Amino acid sequence: MLEKITFAGFGGQGVLLMGQLLAYAAMIEDAQVSWLPSYGPEMRGGTANCSVTISDKPVASPIIDHPNSVVAMNRPSLDKFEDKLAAGGRLLINSSIIDRKALRQDVQVYYVPCNEIALELGEARVSNIVMLGAFLQISQCVSTASLIESLAHKLGKKKAHLIPINEQALARGAAAVR
Amino acid sequence: MSRQLMKGCEAISEAAIRGGCRYFFGYPITPQNDIPEYMSARLPEVGGVFVQAESEVAASNMVYGAAGAGARVMTSSSSPGISLKQEGISTIAAAELPCVIVNVMRGGPGVGGIQASQGDYFQSTKGGGHGDYRLICFGPDSVQEAIDIMYEAFDIADRYRTPVLMLADGLIGQMMEPVTMPEFKSAAEISKYDKPWAATGWYEGCGKPRAVINSLYIEDDELEALHERLQSRYRQIEKNEVRYERYLCDDAEIILVAYGTISRVCRAAIDELRERGWKVGLLRPISLWPFPSQAVYQAVAAPSVKKVLTVEISAGQMVEDVRLAVNGVKPVEFLGWPGSRIATVEEISAKIAQMREG
Amino acid sequence: MTRVFERTKGLTEAEMHYCPGCGHGIVHRLVAEVLEEMELLKVTAGVSPVGCAVFAYNYFNCDMYEAAHGRAPAVATGIKRVHPDHCVFTYQGDGDLASIGTAEIVHAAHRGEKITTIFINNAIYGMTGGQMAPTTLIGQKTTTTPLGRTVEHSGKPIRVAEMLATIEGSAYIERVALNNNANIIRTKKAIKNAFTAQMERKGFSLVEVLSTCPTNWGKSPVEAMQWLEDEMIPYYPLGLFKEV
Repeated sequence: MLEKITFAGFGGQGVLLMGQLLAYAAMIEDAQVSWLPSYGPEMRGGTANCSVTISDKPVASPIIDHPNSVVAMNRPSLDKFEDKLAAGGRLLINSSIIDRKALRQDVQVYYVPCNEIALELGEARVSNIVMLGAFLQISQCVSTASLIESLAHKLGKKKAHLIPINEQALARGAAAVR
Repeated sequence: MSRQLMKGCEAISEAAIRGGCRYFFGYPITPQNDIPEYMSARLPEVGGVFVQAESEVAASNMVYGAAGAGARVMTSSSSPGISLKQEGISTIAAAELPCVIVNVMRGGPGVGGIQASQGDYFQSTKGGGHGDYRLICFGPDSVQEAIDIMYEAFDIADRYRTPVLMLADGLIGQMMEPVTMPEFKSAAEISKYDKPWAATGWYEGCGKPRAVINSLYIEDDELEALHERLQSRYRQIEKNEVRYERYLCDDAEIILVAYGTISRVCRAAIDELRERGWKVGLLRPISLWPFPSQAVYQAVAAPSVKKVLTVEISAGQMVEDVRLAVNGVKPVEFLGWPGSRIATVEEISAKIAQMREG
Repeated sequence: MTRVFERTKGLTEAEMHYCPGCGHGIVHRLVAEVLEEMELLKVTAGVSPVGCAVFAYNYFNCDMYEAAHGRAPAVATGIKRVHPDHCVFTYQGDGDLASIGTAEIVHAAHRGEKITTIFINNAIYGMTGGQMAPTTLIGQKTTTTPLGRTVEHSGKPIRVAEMLATIEGSAYIERVALNNNANIIRTKKAIKNAFTAQMERKGFSLVEVLSTCPTNWGKSPVEAMQWLEDEMIPYYPLGLFKEV
């Protein structure tokens, strides 16, 4: 197994967190993993992205030139990373706020209205978790149980009450691409 | 022991604390800010002290003060900040004090950029500040290796009474990987490095000499004596502290030499090329000073080896040490760019393809 | 016979290298006497500067450091944080403290670092050969102001005690002078107060001592004392600027 995923979006959309949650879940499942963020001024309100590599062998390079999955949470991210996606890869588009279709013909494209689904759940901030649910459903690269364990670890005791809403978000995201 | 997912900078900090570090003096600069931030929260929990200095210059001189007082102490910075720290580092080296410095490299020269780079190799391995001295310098390629080095760095610094420099880059610092954190070193392990020279208080008949922590050797013979001590220590370090990793070198026709993050890209390229049946290997220096010259020579002198390729995130700095080590027995080529442009797997593979034809 | 006076235990027996008429020897002895009287020598670390007092580590009979130019307060910070109950002092001249080391002294005061600084203001760079200091007086000739210091070119001399007294972290700031016996006695008292403030953990303490440099001023020791009194004291008023 070798999964190379790029998560990208506005700073504040929680794209770095998406990557961390996935990386942690993969670690729980004894996979080899690396998480590499973009950093610096671009994170302050600009675009942010992170690269997650999951492998059954030690991760050689943590730098991803050609991901086999791109998760685009906003238009600039789609514009930036669509070309870099490996042929046959998966392109996940947050159709709530991205106003164009994919250009590539040689990849699988999924449109997920993350923000609408999150609003339906009554919690705008879980749009990233909705997308993560969709990604897990498509890729099957970690189990939902591991991801929930990862969420619980990240939220800690103080925010444990947020686990149910996040579980719903994962489920709704998965349903959107089923 | 269970694995945890940790960011490089935080892992480096925790490993330092478990290795006995209790004092940190630093100044904010990207991309190493997670180190002072982590230390500011964590050191007080273990009875240590964190001070945010007014500048990197001051921070390195605070390290000098604390090291002379017998403490396990460190500082960290990124490239432009490390330049500012050179005054203190040169002083510490001259005063024969132990300490640990972390440089999370970014692109230069000048204020440069904030993305990962390896542009500080010369500065790190050839001295850095003024005067004839060396730092023991390690360049980890993963978060776990950064932990392992950091955990041992204070022992090495104490053993040789010399500063140890951990040369990471922005990617190692910012990356998260699953790691296993070692246990805290015991007081017994730490106190075996006796420091009778330290300024811990003195009176006539207290059983040790009055401490004079000093980098001034005004008489020629005193300065010569210092250099004799330093040089003999450096020879010991060259004998004892060389570290490197060989990856698929045994049958290789082309050997790559690379350290830190870029060595991982090389490894990915090698894995792909091996699938094509190309015999490519990697010699990865872990200690950058002392440089593993002998290991490089032995690897490339093997009859199977036709060419050597050094890959860096710089205009070509370590390649000079590689050429000295190879000593003309095989041709040495270079791939890399100054600033923060990181060679891709495709670029490395293309370069190797070209070398096989040429 | 009873011995009624002896060398302070705070000084080593090393012969001092200072010029005739220089104030450093006096101040060294005062500091050493205070440390001895306060029974602090066993737990004291001093930091000598770059400048004429660079060899102070040979003279003070306690643990000593030598710091890079201007950085003594940073070095002292490192020591004090490791040994918070010990006594830590810096001994600095006007080039060291008021020029290259302004950031370090201001921020040691700003942090309220529990250290004591003995600041020797003799209005000139001594060791490097009589160049202008930030404390050089207007009109004063030095090797880098051959026609005399002008306001237009170099600004007016900096008053360190007043400046540091404005900083919240400073606990004891006094300016004294060596021009007569009464003032020398006052100097010792100020030094004692400063070390007391440190050991009571009140904050940063500094004693600015107006001192002489006959060699670089081009004066005899007696003329130098007179010049200190006539020229320096009017610009640098003596007194206690801060005590908390």
